[in-house]
Amino acid sequence: MKIAVCIKRVPDMDVRFKIAAIGNAVDEAGLKFDMNDFDSWAVEAALQIKDRDAATEVVIVSLGTDAVQETIRKALAMGADRGVELKTDHIPFDGLAIARALAAELKDGGYDLVLFGKQSADSSNGVVGAMVGELLGLPLVTAISKLEISGQKGSAKREIEGGQEFVEFPLPAVLTIDQGLNIARYPALKGIMAAKKKPLEVKPAQLGAQTVTVTQMELPPERAPGRIIGEGVAAVPELVRLLQTEAKVL
Amino acid sequence: MDDSFYFSEQHLAVRDTVRGFARDHVAPVAAKLDAEGKFLWDNVKGMGELGLLGVPWPEELGGAGLDLTSYIIAIHEMAKVDASHAITISAHTTLGTSPIVKFGNDAQRKRYVPLLASGKVLGGFGLTEPSAGSDAGGTRTRAEKRGDRYIINGSKIFITHGGVGEIFVVTAVTDPSRGTKGISSFILTKPTTDLETAKQIGIGHDESLPAMKGFRAGKKEDKLGWRSSDTRELIFEDVEVPEENRLGNEGEGFTNFMQTLDSGRIGIGALSLGIAEGAYEQALRYASERKQFGKPIADFQGVQFQLSDMATEIEAGRHLVFHAAWLSQHGKPFGKEAAMAKLFCSELAMRATTKAVQIHGGYGYTKDYPVERMMRDAKICEIGEGTSEIQRLVIGRHILRGLTA
Ligand SMILES: Cc1cc2nc3c(=O)[nH]c(=O)nc-3n(C[C@H](O)[C@H](O)[C@H](O)COP(=O)(O)OP(=O)(O)OC[C@H]3O[C@@H](n4cnc5c(N)ncnc54)[C@H](O)[C@@H]3O)c2cc1C
Repeated sequence: MKIAVCIKRVPDMDVRFKIAAIGNAVDEAGLKFDMNDFDSWAVEAALQIKDRDAATEVVIVSLGTDAVQETIRKALAMGADRGVELKTDHIPFDGLAIARALAAELKDGGYDLVLFGKQSADSSNGVVGAMVGELLGLPLVTAISKLEISGQKGSAKREIEGGQEFVEFPLPAVLTIDQGLNIARYPALKGIMAAKKKPLEVKPAQLGAQTVTVTQMELPPERAPGRIIGEGVAAVPELVRLLQTEAKVL
Repeated sequence: MDDSFYFSEQHLAVRDTVRGFARDHVAPVAAKLDAEGKFLWDNVKGMGELGLLGVPWPEELGGAGLDLTSYIIAIHEMAKVDASHAITISAHTTLGTSPIVKFGNDAQRKRYVPLLASGKVLGGFGLTEPSAGSDAGGTRTRAEKRGDRYIINGSKIFITHGGVGEIFVVTAVTDPSRGTKGISSFILTKPTTDLETAKQIGIGHDESLPAMKGFRAGKKEDKLGWRSSDTRELIFEDVEVPEENRLGNEGEGFTNFMQTLDSGRIGIGALSLGIAEGAYEQALRYASERKQFGKPIADFQGVQFQLSDMATEIEAGRHLVFHAAWLSQHGKPFGKEAAMAKLFCSELAMRATTKAVQIHGGYGYTKDYPVERMMRDAKICEIGEGTSEIQRLVIGRHILRGLTA
């Protein structure tokens, strides 16, 4: 079995963001970056298949600047076999451009599975995995929370509004991974050592034309501070009234 | 200090792994283990799997094959969340395993280090005795040669992993007429006191290690801090130890453990620094959230100044610790710097945790906030592996030697 996992390097979300002077990007100064969470579950999914079948090859693909090498090496430290950096001077917003570059790399790779996270924590478009599926002309299942592969067939569970959906698909296929599928392993210390010796290939990304661009970014308005309207049962009528008239949630 | 020249990408990767493990597996149980004084068996397993119980040992011996700085990072990062977990790594690695790696022969290394480095069993170091603490040269435990074995009699006190551990490096007098040059060290083995637990979780016990007759753990200490670390007496009653279990030559015990303690000080420095930093991070967050007089208490200069002092001293402590590690790793003399790092950071741990409790007010004095535990955990750092007074003696010896040379 040969599996590709496409991962994105994203900023740590537990910080207060600032907008850069150019107005259409986040100020990256002082930000910490790590593998997108959804993508780490995709890596874990691939590694679990490899745990069961050691002959499995897991290839990590990431598009971005050379900084993505650190993120790729984290996946290698977790246990993946080799990495490919599709080099750009920045990660574009246009999901189709990214998908084209990834598809060009994956097309002739002979992969049985191509895994993505459902979406990235920073841009939250949730389109790249699906677009790659389309460009490669492969079966696509998005937002998977359970996965089983046996032979050249797979089955998956998807969480949908108010229920669950069970799907089957033939391999090769493109899958995007949702929360709940697994808990990503930490790179063991031996893995961190081993990652240094694993191959990491750098190639130019074939992005092609970019049609969608971000023109401006704004921070959300400051949230009004909470209010305590009273205590115990006596406060309930007033609370209900405010929830109806002011918050308009009832 | 992430971008500092002390750290490579690999070091930061080690830090992230330990940070993740500490956040997900240690933080949720630390308060409970502390309250119950229970040893952290479940996490020993997890730490072993990640390679945290053999960070600096070569891969051929079952270690992770990383450098000293990586090891120091692991202790430091773990101590930010829980000192008992950090001392488990440190006592097992520096005290229990390093003497065998450094002073053992090939057969001893191959026999014991893989078991220790993988975390299969825990190790410890028996030096301190009831009447030989700071003055460890005053060892009374006796090893008498009989044919091809030694008969060991005596006892040790305050031994980390005394109960839970199975492999111990122990000092004993082989020649009473030669003072410190008559002290030797031996590898002793016994089954863990928690056999049931060990069997259940599949770690902590190895059938192939002999249960040496007459060697057992004594009373478990009920301590102020480090409460989920296991500290006990070791008792030796006519323990027969084969000659092949002697570590190094007769009479080398004293100089060997002095060397072990030298490098151990960097680890205790890092552990102390971690406690200080953990407490500081808690205090910083609390001060920005807790409101009095209509604003976060962090807005008051009186609170800010305390946080600034903590942050500054922690930054200084990091330089001491990671510089000493750098020196040691590059084969340069590091004894003075290691003692300075241990002295400064252990006293810093007390200052910083006390301030952190102060910033938390009454809440900080309760077990609802981790700073209460951190303050109790800090005190031992000024005592264990050489008291602050002894560190000052060591530093004094180094700086005076500089004068007379
Ligand atoms: C939780 C815990 C874990 C431990 N783990 C281990 C372990 O794994 N292995 C091990 O071998 N030991 C261990 N120890 C023992 C520890 O190293 C000793 O307690 C320590 O070295 C001090 O010895 P002491 O307790 O006998 O104090 P003492 O040496 O009796 O000291 C009492 C006081 O006198 C001061 N003092 C002594 N001599 C001088 C001097 N010359 N000048 C100025 N002041 C002096 C000391 O600084 C101290 O303040 C542990 C102790 C504890 C509490």
